[in-house]
Amino acid sequence: MTPHIVSTKIYVLVLAALLALTALTVAASFYDLGGGRLHYANAVTALTIAVSKATLVVLYFMHVRYSSHLTWVFVGAGVFWLLVLIGLTLSDVLTRGWLPSPGPWSS
Amino acid sequence: MSTLATARPANYLSVDPGVMSWLLTKDHKRIGILYLVSISVFFLVGAVSAAVIRLSLFTPEGALLHGQAYNKMFSLHGISMIFFFLIPSIPAVLGNFLLPLMIGARDVAFPRLNLLSWYIFVLGGASTLIAATTGGVDTGWTFYTPFSSIYSNTNVTLTAVGVFITGFSSILTGLNFLVTIHKMRAPGLSWSRLPLFVWAHYATSLIMILGTPVVAITLLMVGLERGLGIGLFDPALGGDPILFQHLFWFYSHPAVYIMILPSMGVVSEVIACFSRKRIFGYEFVAGSSLAIAVIGFFVWGHHMFVSGQSVYAGLVFSLLSFLVAIPSGVKVFNWTATLYKGSVAYHAPMLYALGFIGLFTIGGLTGLFLATLGTDVHLTDTYFVVAHFHYIMVGGAITGFMGGLHFWWPKITGWLYPEGWSRAAALLLFVGFNLTFFPQFILGYNGMLRRTYTYPPEFQVLNVMSTAGASILAVGYLIPVIYLLWSLRYGQAAGPNPWGATGLEWTAPSPPPPGNFEKIPVVTEEAYAYSTMETRRA
Amino acid sequence: MPETHSEPHLQHHFVALEQQQEASTLGMWAFLITEIMFFGGLFTLFTAYVSAYSEAFAEGSRHLDLVLGAVNTVVLIGSSFTMAMAVRSAQLGKRKALLGFLALTTLLGCAFLGIKGIEYAHKFKQRLLPGPAFRVDSPASQHVQLFFSFYFAMTGLHALHMVVGVGLMTWLLFHGWRGRFTPTYFWPVELSGLYWHFVDIVWIFLFPVLYLVARHS
Repeated sequence: MTPHIVSTKIYVLVLAALLALTALTVAASFYDLGGGRLHYANAVTALTIAVSKATLVVLYFMHVRYSSHLTWVFVGAGVFWLLVLIGLTLSDVLTRGWLPSPGPWSS
Repeated sequence: MSTLATARPANYLSVDPGVMSWLLTKDHKRIGILYLVSISVFFLVGAVSAAVIRLSLFTPEGALLHGQAYNKMFSLHGISMIFFFLIPSIPAVLGNFLLPLMIGARDVAFPRLNLLSWYIFVLGGASTLIAATTGGVDTGWTFYTPFSSIYSNTNVTLTAVGVFITGFSSILTGLNFLVTIHKMRAPGLSWSRLPLFVWAHYATSLIMILGTPVVAITLLMVGLERGLGIGLFDPALGGDPILFQHLFWFYSHPAVYIMILPSMGVVSEVIACFSRKRIFGYEFVAGSSLAIAVIGFFVWGHHMFVSGQSVYAGLVFSLLSFLVAIPSGVKVFNWTATLYKGSVAYHAPMLYALGFIGLFTIGGLTGLFLATLGTDVHLTDTYFVVAHFHYIMVGGAITGFMGGLHFWWPKITGWLYPEGWSRAAALLLFVGFNLTFFPQFILGYNGMLRRTYTYPPEFQVLNVMSTAGASILAVGYLIPVIYLLWSLRYGQAAGPNPWGATGLEWTAPSPPPPGNFEKIPVVTEEAYAYSTMETRRA
Repeated sequence: MPETHSEPHLQHHFVALEQQQEASTLGMWAFLITEIMFFGGLFTLFTAYVSAYSEAFAEGSRHLDLVLGAVNTVVLIGSSFTMAMAVRSAQLGKRKALLGFLALTTLLGCAFLGIKGIEYAHKFKQRLLPGPAFRVDSPASQHVQLFFSFYFAMTGLHALHMVVGVGLMTWLLFHGWRGRFTPTYFWPVELSGLYWHFVDIVWIFLFPVLYLVARHS
């Protein structure tokens, strides 16, 4: 397997995109985008930008775009299990107030 | 042994027998032996503490231990058995020894990491033992906060550090196996030809890699909170102890599958060999290992039904828990179907394997009671739970370990053990186990709570039965230790394939030479080609 | 596959260098998955607490220095770029470029740690270090302290990974300087690069989660 050598141009473009997205996310944080008590719109914006940046790093800097299916599966598994951990934990935390019961959140 | 060993062709035991060469070995077989010795120490610690617990429960007011002493004893039992015996048992001993042999490789992918994992294990084990001997720990193996992080006056930090360290040995083992299975298979050994033992270890490795880091970071936080009082899990400071339980069980529920999946792999090999048949529904047995590993991560909340977790999350976790029963059922049915019309031979490994099927089935079915939200409210923290998980962990995992040890002992050492004694021991273990733990189902159902050193007098008869069973169980473990050690000196030479089994490990000499194979084998047929083997022999 | 045992970097239990390299890369990815889950535990807790104590966490977040955080993000992204270029130079066998980019990466990594250190010192002076000395003028000071517990735990763990990364870079510099890496044997650079980028990604999430998301409310 000869390694795929990524051109300098692509690396520079990715760098530029990452810097631009950083500027964007900082700028967005100065505006209240709404979304209730937890400011969901702000959170969603910031996390979307973060996911985009991470994806760029994984695909280009870490060469996953040019790697075998197996690497894709490994990366996908890591992300999936992280989401399981966060998601199922939140399934408890976010629904705890639905029934009136004494808990640390309701005090 | 050394005098006899020299008479045999050079093998991994006889080449370079010095102590230093063992301590610096990168040979997966020797590392397996190192693990076998070290986990035996922890099995002894766990078994002795279990014996003390059972003796103490002989009388309703506690015959030996009271209060904190009792708490420390069951904590020691749980921690040494789970983290230092069951989790490394089959993977680190039999897996290390057999995986490369089974896939036709000279070693695991990262031999140095493999040795490192053993040293990490020893370091973690030493910390835990030091913690146990310098005051002990009374939190149980679950380390629930805020008791563990704030109120307990015992050696929680050092014990947690020990478990934290040992976690990395488990991670390294899993990482090594995963890469080894992906990248080191002999030519022709496609995924559909892999022995089911290898499939089971693949699934186990996934859990080790994905789950262990979470318990590691969780224990780190408990340690931080104990040291600095920052309130991560302390309700008085706004922390939520239930979140600890989430992170803890995210690992510790799948950890049960780290214990049971490798046993299932052993059982698949043994059942196929002693029925002289291909495993019925090979693809489904292989796939069910992966399914158990994956679904096993979705069910952890069933440990927390009465913890204060939201009822809605409880409903979801209850439903998801039932899903694990499907792949487990697939395995049991397929093993049974393999026996059908097979020419079954009742050697010791087979007795253990059959025992496994029965005990695991009972353990699994009672698990369904506990996965049911409503029933669990009644049964939580009773001996019903204790009986259930001992049917899985002892009846399942340890029986599988014993079966595997007996099946591959001739390969590992090159010597045969006495047939009669081994069968008797397997039967004794089965009887002793059931006598110990079946009464605990009834005790628990009638309301006897776990982790208490006293109980109402009306429970005494069943408790005495349980203690009596434990003594039979102890004999059942002691006899194999004696005759296996005996075989090292007086056993007959085993030859490469004493059971007439398929599988690449049986094509290598017993014990195998340092590089396993003279020439890397080429695989041309499926894993359990017993029918073609019989034809060839005829 | 031919038995090419003349290759000096081939370990005995592998059949070919290619197999050895693939195994190492896969092993690194498996390790990075464990790292995802390791940090994942902290992110899970943080998410749970931020949903419960959003106001207090917003208050804590406003105590952080947005400028230093943003500068550090730029520094780290820059280091990821130089790391990627270092791997490229190694693949092409350009020794001087490799050493240059590795040195730049090391430098940027140290800069990140330096800036982080300045931030920590500020927090220390402002008595924002969780523990008995923690003081913040707020009705929900306990929950603000919880925010700072997470801040220090998460950035501290990340900084620890950065220190390991800088150590790796120094090791690579030494061996690169001795000319050990060639277009057929460059995967130590590649694997260290994977690790470095992963640590960068952790920061890519830490920055918005700690410095940005909670600023409002």
